[in-house]
Amino acid sequence: MSKTTPPDDQNLAFLRGLTQPRISRADFMRGAAASLAAMALGGIGRADAATVKDWDAWWAAQKPTDKFVFANWPLYIDVTSTGSDHPSLDAFTKETGIKVTYKEVIQNNAPFYAQIAPVLKSGQSTGYDMIVMTNHWELTELILQKWLVPIWKEKVPNFAKYASPSVVSPAYDPGNKYTMTWQSGLTGIAYNPKLTKREITSFNDLWDPAFAGHVGMMNDNTELGSAALLKLGIKPVTSTPADWEAAAATLREQKDKGLVRQYYDQSYINALENGDIWITQAWSGDIYQANEKGYKDLKFVVPKEGVMIWHDNMCIPIGVTNALSALAWMNYYYTPKVAGIIEDYVNYFCPVPDAKAYIADVIKDPAVADSPLVFPPAAMLDKAHDFYAFKSYAQFQKWNSIFNPIIQA
Amino acid sequence: MRRLSRQFAPYLLSLPSWAYLAVFFVIPLGSMLGLALATGDPLSGYVISDNFSEFSLGFSEYHAEFVRSFLYGSISTVVTLVIAYPVAYWIAFHGGRNKSTYLFLLVLPFFVTFVIRVLAWEFILSDQGFVLGPLKSLGLIPQSTHILSTQWAVIGGLVYNSLAYYVMPLYVALEKIDRRVVRAAGDLFATPAVTFFRVIVPLSAPGIFAGFLLVFVTNVGDFVNADILGGTGTYMIGNVIQDSFFVNQDYPLAACLSSMLMFLLMLAIFLYARVFGTDTIQDYAT
Repeated sequence: MSKTTPPDDQNLAFLRGLTQPRISRADFMRGAAASLAAMALGGIGRADAATVKDWDAWWAAQKPTDKFVFANWPLYIDVTSTGSDHPSLDAFTKETGIKVTYKEVIQNNAPFYAQIAPVLKSGQSTGYDMIVMTNHWELTELILQKWLVPIWKEKVPNFAKYASPSVVSPAYDPGNKYTMTWQSGLTGIAYNPKLTKREITSFNDLWDPAFAGHVGMMNDNTELGSAALLKLGIKPVTSTPADWEAAAATLREQKDKGLVRQYYDQSYINALENGDIWITQAWSGDIYQANEKGYKDLKFVVPKEGVMIWHDNMCIPIGVTNALSALAWMNYYYTPKVAGIIEDYVNYFCPVPDAKAYIADVIKDPAVADSPLVFPPAAMLDKAHDFYAFKSYAQFQKWNSIFNPIIQA
Repeated sequence: MRRLSRQFAPYLLSLPSWAYLAVFFVIPLGSMLGLALATGDPLSGYVISDNFSEFSLGFSEYHAEFVRSFLYGSISTVVTLVIAYPVAYWIAFHGGRNKSTYLFLLVLPFFVTFVIRVLAWEFILSDQGFVLGPLKSLGLIPQSTHILSTQWAVIGGLVYNSLAYYVMPLYVALEKIDRRVVRAAGDLFATPAVTFFRVIVPLSAPGIFAGFLLVFVTNVGDFVNADILGGTGTYMIGNVIQDSFFVNQDYPLAACLSSMLMFLLMLAIFLYARVFGTDTIQDYAT
């Protein structure tokens, strides 16, 4: 998912280039070395993941601390113009005495997972008391490996009070046992009306031969497959492998007819801005940012078949030392005021609907408060579909084996 | 006793090298091969077995990407050589006192990160960018023309990124050539062209081979250029390995493809050495 700065930053394109979820060669080698080392040293066997049996007792034994380490994605929290202070975190410190070490270390789910997995497997602390993971396979894997600490519900009353229904008890984490959403966003369609020369309303438009060679699709196979499922009128969250095959067939047809320009990562937004592609799968926040920085023509649409919604989630990995402090922050975040301060900067979907009033009345920023891309109207949320939540590695492999051949060719 | 120790001295002296090779080459290689044969998944762990089917699967599923990678690697290496040779030749023979300045200018782009340089090409070559944009508005090329998302963009990116790596070894080889030999060729009535192809090129063969090693091996395994500059039909084996490792967490497949790539590259290098010279590879490499 993309995390971008507010529009007033002149260096936005440069920063975006720096923060794109691409893997550099060095990262790749480092990750590969870490994985191999972990496998060689770990005796290539199953680790005793669940050493803690009784989490109530574990929580009861936790001592309050005055600090915690928060690992997040780049440009994903409010920041002062000097770039050094985060008002929401500072207010939290003032109120609770808990000092937050904020680290922007997560560039993409899979490589970050590859970094922390060997550490978690060896039962050590990652050094992060709270991390933010998208509801993709890696989050499911963390849950299945029992590498996340179940949230102590009594300590987070604000969640029950203020959370948007769209983030309560999602398919990937029933009952919010391990996660609380930080931000959500939509994956729909973006287009440039000047180049498409008509209005776009449906996923079928991504298959329109008139746009041959100028259609962008995502190389994230979860996003790619889900879009095709929606096109066929199938709900991704309840889809079956047979549906996946059908979706893959329609994607293959799209590719074989030469419609697809490229399967993009985050760089689709540059291609759209440059006019290389006319219509593309897109993340809502990116289009909001592109509009703000001057690409006013670009439009984001929720197709009539529906739209995908994703969630980036706060969660606590095992081996932490400041669990109570992290929990205090999670509860603190779920208030209209704090969520509002952060949302006014981040501009994705706010998980706290009441923050809308705070942004409109206190911060006085109607552009954000009234934006359907930040506070989606109910009609838009009704059309939002969750990803299929994998139940096992075998299912994840099945999905990969069906959709990867489309991207890899 | 004394004779015995003299006999073993060379081996003892080479011990640090062997230790280095063991730690940084043999152990990782063994670990990779072990993983390639493993069965299991990231959740339940891996067990080393005799699962050779991964290799046949890797070949049957991904032979197209292997072929494409070697094709792109070969074309980009040859093109790089053709561009790099005159550059290195000019610096070595006509660079004069500014040789080091020219060499510095050559490596200057490397002060910018690799990925950023490739991204810059994406910007330069974009459909409405400052290269294609004006040509299109002048009507010199059709609107639908694009360079990005084609194999030529990928090969071009590979050439651009490997240029300095080829110039450097070529320069070193050309610089070492005894100028009296070149003059002697002239004295023996060789035309400049004959001197070049019969004297200079053979004498610079070690540089050509060293550059080939650096460039060909890197380019065949590259995935960044294909990722950023490529399109739907430019997936290279490096992209497959990268995806298997980081996106799909299919570690055995990634390890298997990596080892297959390594063996194929070794084969290619030995073939090169056999075809282009009867000297041993060690002679070339030094």
